[in-house]
Amino acid sequence: MSSLSLAYLMPALPEIFMALSGLGLLVVGVFLGNGGTRTISWSVAVSFAVAALLLLGLDWDRIETFNGMFVLDRFTGFMKLFVLVGLITSVMISVRFLYQVQIARFEYPVLMLFAGLGMMIMISANNMLVLYMGLELQSLALYVLAAFRRDQNRAAEAGIKYFILGALASGMLLFGTSMIYGYTGSIDFDVIGQTLANNPVADTGLIVGLVFVLVSMAFKVSAVPFHMWTPDVYEGAPTSVTAFFAIVPKLAAMAILVRVLYGPFMSISADWQQIIWFMAAASLIVSSFAGLAQKNIKRLMAYSSIGNMGYALIGVAAGTQVGVGAVVLYMIIYMIMTAGVFSVILMMRRNGIGAEDIEDLSGLSTNSPLLAAALAILLFSMAGIPPMAGFFGKLLIFNAAVSAGMFNLAVLGVLASVVAAFYYLRIIKVMYFDEAVDPFDQQIAFSKRAVLLLSVLFITLFILKPDALIATSMSAAAALFTG
Amino acid sequence: MELIIVFAPLLAFLTAGLFGKQIGDAGAQFVTCAGVIIAAFFSVVMFMDVVFDGDTRVITLATWMSSGDFQVNWALRFDQLTAVMLCVINIVSACVHVYSIGYMSHDKAKGRFMAYLSLFTFAMLMLVTSDNLVQLFFGWEGVGLASYLLIGFWNHKDSANKAAVKAFIVNRVGDFGLALGIMATFVVFGTVQFDAIFEQAEEMSALTFDFLGFELHALTTISLLLFMGAVGKSAQLGLHTWLPDAMEGPTPVSALSHAATMVTAGVFLLARFSPVFEYAPFALEVVTVVGACTAFVAATIGLTQFDIKRVIAYSTMSQLGYMFFAIGVSAYGAAIFHLMTHAFFKALLFLGAGSVIHAMSDEQDMRKMGSIWKEIPYTYVMMWIGSLALAGMPFFAGYFSKDIILEAAFAADSKVGMFAFWMGIAAALMTAFYSWRLILMTFHGKPRASKKVMDHLHESPSVMISPLVVLATGALFAGYVFYGGFVGSAHHDTEVHHEVTALGDSHVEEEPVDTFKWDKEHFWGEAIKVLPENDTVEAAHSVPFWVKKLPIVVGLVGIFFAYVVYLWREGLAVKIAAAFAPLHRLFFNKWYFDELYDRIFVTKAWSLGRFFSVRGDRKTIDGFGPDGISSLSMRMGGVFSKFQSGFLFQYAFIMIIGLFALVTWLMYRITLGGY
Repeated sequence: MSSLSLAYLMPALPEIFMALSGLGLLVVGVFLGNGGTRTISWSVAVSFAVAALLLLGLDWDRIETFNGMFVLDRFTGFMKLFVLVGLITSVMISVRFLYQVQIARFEYPVLMLFAGLGMMIMISANNMLVLYMGLELQSLALYVLAAFRRDQNRAAEAGIKYFILGALASGMLLFGTSMIYGYTGSIDFDVIGQTLANNPVADTGLIVGLVFVLVSMAFKVSAVPFHMWTPDVYEGAPTSVTAFFAIVPKLAAMAILVRVLYGPFMSISADWQQIIWFMAAASLIVSSFAGLAQKNIKRLMAYSSIGNMGYALIGVAAGTQVGVGAVVLYMIIYMIMTAGVFSVILMMRRNGIGAEDIEDLSGLSTNSPLLAAALAILLFSMAGIPPMAGFFGKLLIFNAAVSAGMFNLAVLGVLASVVAAFYYLRIIKVMYFDEAVDPFDQQIAFSKRAVLLLSVLFITLFILKPDALIATSMSAAAALFTG
Repeated sequence: MELIIVFAPLLAFLTAGLFGKQIGDAGAQFVTCAGVIIAAFFSVVMFMDVVFDGDTRVITLATWMSSGDFQVNWALRFDQLTAVMLCVINIVSACVHVYSIGYMSHDKAKGRFMAYLSLFTFAMLMLVTSDNLVQLFFGWEGVGLASYLLIGFWNHKDSANKAAVKAFIVNRVGDFGLALGIMATFVVFGTVQFDAIFEQAEEMSALTFDFLGFELHALTTISLLLFMGAVGKSAQLGLHTWLPDAMEGPTPVSALSHAATMVTAGVFLLARFSPVFEYAPFALEVVTVVGACTAFVAATIGLTQFDIKRVIAYSTMSQLGYMFFAIGVSAYGAAIFHLMTHAFFKALLFLGAGSVIHAMSDEQDMRKMGSIWKEIPYTYVMMWIGSLALAGMPFFAGYFSKDIILEAAFAADSKVGMFAFWMGIAAALMTAFYSWRLILMTFHGKPRASKKVMDHLHESPSVMISPLVVLATGALFAGYVFYGGFVGSAHHDTEVHHEVTALGDSHVEEEPVDTFKWDKEHFWGEAIKVLPENDTVEAAHSVPFWVKKLPIVVGLVGIFFAYVVYLWREGLAVKIAAAFAPLHRLFFNKWYFDELYDRIFVTKAWSLGRFFSVRGDRKTIDGFGPDGISSLSMRMGGVFSKFQSGFLFQYAFIMIIGLFALVTWLMYRITLGGY
């Protein structure tokens, strides 16, 4: 497999297409200037859509390429598909926003395209260095996006913080990789897995290496105690970027975390389960309590995302196929709910200025009853109240934990959801029972409405046919266990 | 037809209650009155069917609960007892509904009031048509609820709210007994269906069961528990304190619920359970004594009260006492007979009193009335008819029913029977006295009201007077007409009457009764069971002459004394009161029941409740539970937020600390915990 035949490139076709279109759009953007931001944005969205179609056109049976460095199977395909959906959504809801806050520069969508490319590569990585490469491509794009509103101190500060801590995390990933290489003699997932499977007693050095790798990934999914950047960056970054951060990279990072743990390191699951257990528990506790004290809705969403990652980590900690299936489903539902919530947050503009405090939602039910109802449904779902989709996500997670015998984690999860329910319900209370303040601007982009509507529809109608998505998630998870 | 009788008032309630705003006050009044009048009409038809043709029936509507052996249906049972109650309830209720249109004409919430009245009527109908104890309990609680709502109808008045709460709580004590009785019935009989219970009653008569080491006679226990429920609902001595206070409600309510129907539910319950009570002689004795004491005590209190409605309320309580000791001596027919006549004349008295109150600009104190009979002649006549019936003057309704009760008590030929007889006679004397005290103080003598009130004095509108006429017809003729049927002996040649007073303006229906024999055996059929040796009503027809005439004599004496004291020798009342000061104080203060209960139960319950609510709930459970946890959560939220200092080096530091902690933990596990 040395020649660059077409069959050799096929599995990475979506990524190759995205890379080429990214380069092409960059050139086009230079010619069009910032006035072409809208065009570029929609072109990027179309690129994502085409990539998704290409991905769907591929055969998802496990196939490796680039000398076993890149893998496409049911799990990676499924996750990449939803990453692309998340990317399209993120682009759609940010176009109008860029113009509103006057940061409509053509690099913005292109950066999202490259971040997306990084995520795609990362998910499909079958080699520690490919993983690193994808992660860095994604991260560098995200650092720039965080600081995209560079004339504003908060945004710049957020970008710098994210960059420095991200660099630290990347360093840890590389350090961990070197230790793993030292103890197994390889950076290839399959070889590492083989070596560990043949060697029942893991070396201490290997475990240390694994911890370093896990910490860097925990940084990406913002699990406690590696979450410190999240609230500051969510608050400081432009809202559309925050939405993007909350919707997509979490999904990609969680996917690769699962792939690493359930792939090469499956045979030492007893060790990493403890780490994940701790991070899940810490995330649940810290996010639910810290969320109580928040006044800024973007900051609140940061803690909300930390908490949701805590729930997903419960599924990861379970160490079973059911657990992975639950994680997949949970992340998808989380992504859809978050997209809906952020499209509402992006609509929160009063006299052309973005409103970001929870108090700004006062009396939303009288000013715009439909919007309030939609947000209420989303928040009920976030709080895990049946019959919304969020309830089923949590249900499957707890089910996985219980069947894996992790009762304490399941109980903790339920208790944390009670506390967290408070801050979700408080928003609903503010919307419905507080004195109305001035209404928000009424001009709302069609794409935001569409995203919100689809999100609400998905969440409310999920109960009608839950089996379809659950079965798909489970079969995606099964791909990790057959190889 | 059966469904119309029971559900027409419910429909009216729902319409007036839910769509009161849409249909307006007049609409609500029309709907509710129409509902009840239709129900009343069909009740009379049903009465003919059931009583004359013996066409009793049970209609099962739906299964309510089914759990193991426990099976309860929604079913309507129509037998003679039910038919009588249906007529009484619906006719009186129809009168009260119509009367309320006039009486409540100045009220703001007419629709709500009418809706409540209909709800009450429906619940009462549910109670009497039930064919099992649980459905009966539903109706029982339903009337309790409706009564609570109606007593507290003028909820701007603090006293009304307190009275409503008091009625509800005191009734709760009785209901507790009733609920226990129902459970005991199920334990003993394995069913709550009436028919099944009554069939087994005889074979169960020797059964005892063990409760906390006591050997208890099963039927006596059940009977006494059911009686406890009846005591609460029918305001018998001990649980009677709510009834006088319930007069805070609008007068039509007092007439409907606290004179004619709800308070007689206890009598109905006991009569319904005659097949069980018959095998529990001790329980019957208890019923007799309690009933007799109630009749006496209530009458003594009635002598001294000045509030016109309270006097009638105590008289109601006293008359209920009669009914209970009638049941105690196995004279169930007599008790129901008195229930019926009493419903007519007491509703008449209450509505008449309401008419007086209406005329006197809402004045209820008799000391501020007097000399008004010329101004309100119709009301005056009505009050006379009611009072004559109440005092048991010959040929008025009360004469027949009260006499038969007293005769039955005498004929029972037992100690408790004699006790009840003499107490009843004493109560009859006092009844006559306070009835005329009421009439004389209210209508005669010097005017004691302010000039403004006297100038405003007016006769009530015809919408209020015509229901009175209907009730007066009942008070005049019900006793005479139904004497034979309710209590007449089959062995005497009693005259066959075929007149039935019905609704409308003394609308009389002719009913040819050729094959029908107008005596108590045929009349009651299976509905009431009396053991042959207990048949006091039969024996009552052959008591000595003086026993038959004594009630009339004492009644006349009572009336005479009332004239002496309150009309011919004014001022004598005060002197008598002074001469018997301790006794008067006792009576006037209602035998200190309220004070006693207040001292024993209410204050204790308050302090206990306060202890639990303040120390137990607010300080302990709330303090450590919800409030404590939520404030702790908030504090923790604050603490976690403080970590978010915004300083980059701290964030990096925490990351590194986390990394070290994880590595250390795993190293520790590997080196010490080992594999």
